[in-house]
Amino acid sequence: MPFGNTHNNFKLNYKVEEEFPNLSQHNNHMAKALTKEIYAKLRDKQTPSGYTLDDAIQTGVDNPGHPFIMTVGLVAGDEESYVVFKDLFDPVISDRHGGYKPTDKHKTDLNFENLKGGDDLDPNYVLSSRVRTGRSIKGFTLPPHNSRGERRAIEKLSIEALTTLDGEFKGKYYPLKSMTDAEQEQLIADHFLFDKPVSPLLTCAGMARDWPDARGIWHNNDKTFLVWVNEEDHLRVISMQKGGNMREVFRRFCVGLQKIEEIFKKHNHGFMWSEHLGFILTCPSNLGTGLRGGVHVKLPKLSTHPKFEEILNRLRLQKRGTGGVDTASVGGVFDISNADRLGSSEVEQVQLVVDGVKLMVEMEKKLEKGEPIDSMIPAQK
Amino acid sequence: QPMDGSSFQCVILCLCSAEYPDLRKHNNCMASNLTPAIYAKLCDKATPNGYTLDQAIQTGVDNPGHPFIKTVGMVAGDEESYEVFGDLINPVIKERHNGYDPLNMKHPTDLDSSKIHSGLFDERYVLSSRVRTGRSIRGLSLPPACSRAERREVERVVVDALAGLKGDLTGRYYSLTQMTEKEQQQLIDDHFLFDKPVSPLLTCAGMARDWPDGRGIWHNNEKTFLIWVNEEDHTRVISMEKGGNMKRVFDRFCKGLKERLIQERGWEFMWNERLGYILTCPSNLGTGLRAGVHVKLPLLSKDPRFSKILDNLRLQKRGTGGVDTAAVGGVFDISNLDRLGHSEVQLVQTVIDGVNYLIECEKKLEKGQDIKVNIIPAHH
Repeated sequence: MPFGNTHNNFKLNYKVEEEFPNLSQHNNHMAKALTKEIYAKLRDKQTPSGYTLDDAIQTGVDNPGHPFIMTVGLVAGDEESYVVFKDLFDPVISDRHGGYKPTDKHKTDLNFENLKGGDDLDPNYVLSSRVRTGRSIKGFTLPPHNSRGERRAIEKLSIEALTTLDGEFKGKYYPLKSMTDAEQEQLIADHFLFDKPVSPLLTCAGMARDWPDARGIWHNNDKTFLVWVNEEDHLRVISMQKGGNMREVFRRFCVGLQKIEEIFKKHNHGFMWSEHLGFILTCPSNLGTGLRGGVHVKLPKLSTHPKFEEILNRLRLQKRGTGGVDTASVGGVFDISNADRLGSSEVEQVQLVVDGVKLMVEMEKKLEKGEPIDSMIPAQK
Repeated sequence: QPMDGSSFQCVILCLCSAEYPDLRKHNNCMASNLTPAIYAKLCDKATPNGYTLDQAIQTGVDNPGHPFIKTVGMVAGDEESYEVFGDLINPVIKERHNGYDPLNMKHPTDLDSSKIHSGLFDERYVLSSRVRTGRSIRGLSLPPACSRAERREVERVVVDALAGLKGDLTGRYYSLTQMTEKEQQQLIDDHFLFDKPVSPLLTCAGMARDWPDGRGIWHNNEKTFLIWVNEEDHTRVISMEKGGNMKRVFDRFCKGLKERLIQERGWEFMWNERLGYILTCPSNLGTGLRAGVHVKLPLLSKDPRFSKILDNLRLQKRGTGGVDTAAVGGVFDISNLDRLGHSEVQLVQTVIDGVNYLIECEKKLEKGQDIKVNIIPAHH
């Protein structure tokens, strides 16, 4: 329960104008969508667990944003937040997810066999492949709002579920608060260890409370399937490997996720999902599939081509540096992934990555030979 | 059949134990004093404004502390927190304030600066003098818990009252949301501007929410009296000047703090006879007063007995950048250790007597004479 907001009824003694946040310097989705009328309508509401509008918008009030990057500025404290505060979440979701309407339905497709190709990306260019998503466990509140007791129960359930996995998924859980120095160093060397969040986008939403209590990392012995417990979402699930076999990465992703979901369902704690929003996660930007499928790919020539951004846009892809969001690329190597999350399925999004990266590698090869690529520029996907 | 008291308590204990924080790696006053029994007793309580125990201790759970520095690890969200969570706050207060027991002691408040003597230091040694405290406005929640409307009300009440200051205290307010770049630069040059808190001790307690809404700085035209609005407390009040005239600094301090300015408008400060002035952090209860100087003690500070001397004098040292900084050029920030259980007049006199003694020691060392450490100043 974040600070200062549990006395919601007491605040109702003040007028709307007196409580309404000053968003004049702000540039995030919440600030664009929130009006005094919406605030007045929602300020006396709370979800069954006691989450309020002020709780949900605190991160957006505290982080005005950047003139060039549009952050969301709003989080959900529980599944019901998306319903109780619909009048604010709907316009934010629409703005963030390309006009997605309150009446739209989201398609979930985790059948990896529906993916075409994806096993032949040139490893001379595609250095690694990765697919990640998040999952929330029904019956618990989300990281901005959950108590220590809830977080520990989530961890306990997650450990139970993950330790029953076998075959290629057989692995081990490393709780953050009791890992040995040797284990910690190994996890850092493998680039698996996640730190206490320092981004104010997360800390202002209360997601780092009680760190490192009930946080941990699980991974399989092969180090190709990884689960983060209680970081920004209940679970973050990652499938990855070196090279360009995205098909195999996606197969492992789908199979692993479905195995985990079965076990949680047996305990009457399936994943949060709705027909309208797909998989329910803490940040509205991760609704739908919550999926980011991407590669680290060498594109030194293409990335300096004047049409690079346009090509990415048309392919519905985005670029990041290899350190992750907001980092610069090093040595012409980029992290290329799908831009969309909501309104298209997992298979569709990974297909876009597979097809788009294949095309861009071909363009890179052409540019290496000094040939033009204008005829290859794709239509808008 | 209704549950009897002990069964009910067992159920609460079971539910609460799932919630009990893991404090095994912690070293702060809250962690030293919280027990499962206290947690079970208080975990379902809330102040009239809705502030809870979990909120009060969050900063201490999130910040295990440092092996050498013992932080407090809890805050108050409002005046009533000190009552409702008394079973935890009282032992924390006792530990932090050298055995002061809020349950059976009374705190003396004395802001009559005419009682101060010998308050003019040797300016070859004392470079500047400063007294600070905080004040909270009764009826409004404290920075960890306040809503935007409450914070704005604190700002309004304080700025309104300060407009009544006259003479050498005449001044003006600079709101953080509205100051011009030029004003901002001037405030930085004067070392008056405070930043959004970055210390996790404060941010984890929710004190930086909605920044910079409702925050600002007021100072008099002479730049010797300064008030911070809505930083870590409702107000932080600072009187200062270059040189060694601590008497004048304290005179001005007491004059500027006159409560009648807000009383005239129907408000009052949070205060009671057990705890003195109520502030956000239990470490600042009582007087909330830190009176100090920047003083040159290059020889004495290298003497191995320096720390012991300071202890005897009930003084503490800091670097001139403030808490946790190192001293530069043998110049130290020397101030009172105590806040609660002694009055403002007593504490300022302690600093005056102590600093005068330190200067005498430094002078002796300059002449190659030795200093006797078992001398304990008269007031102690």
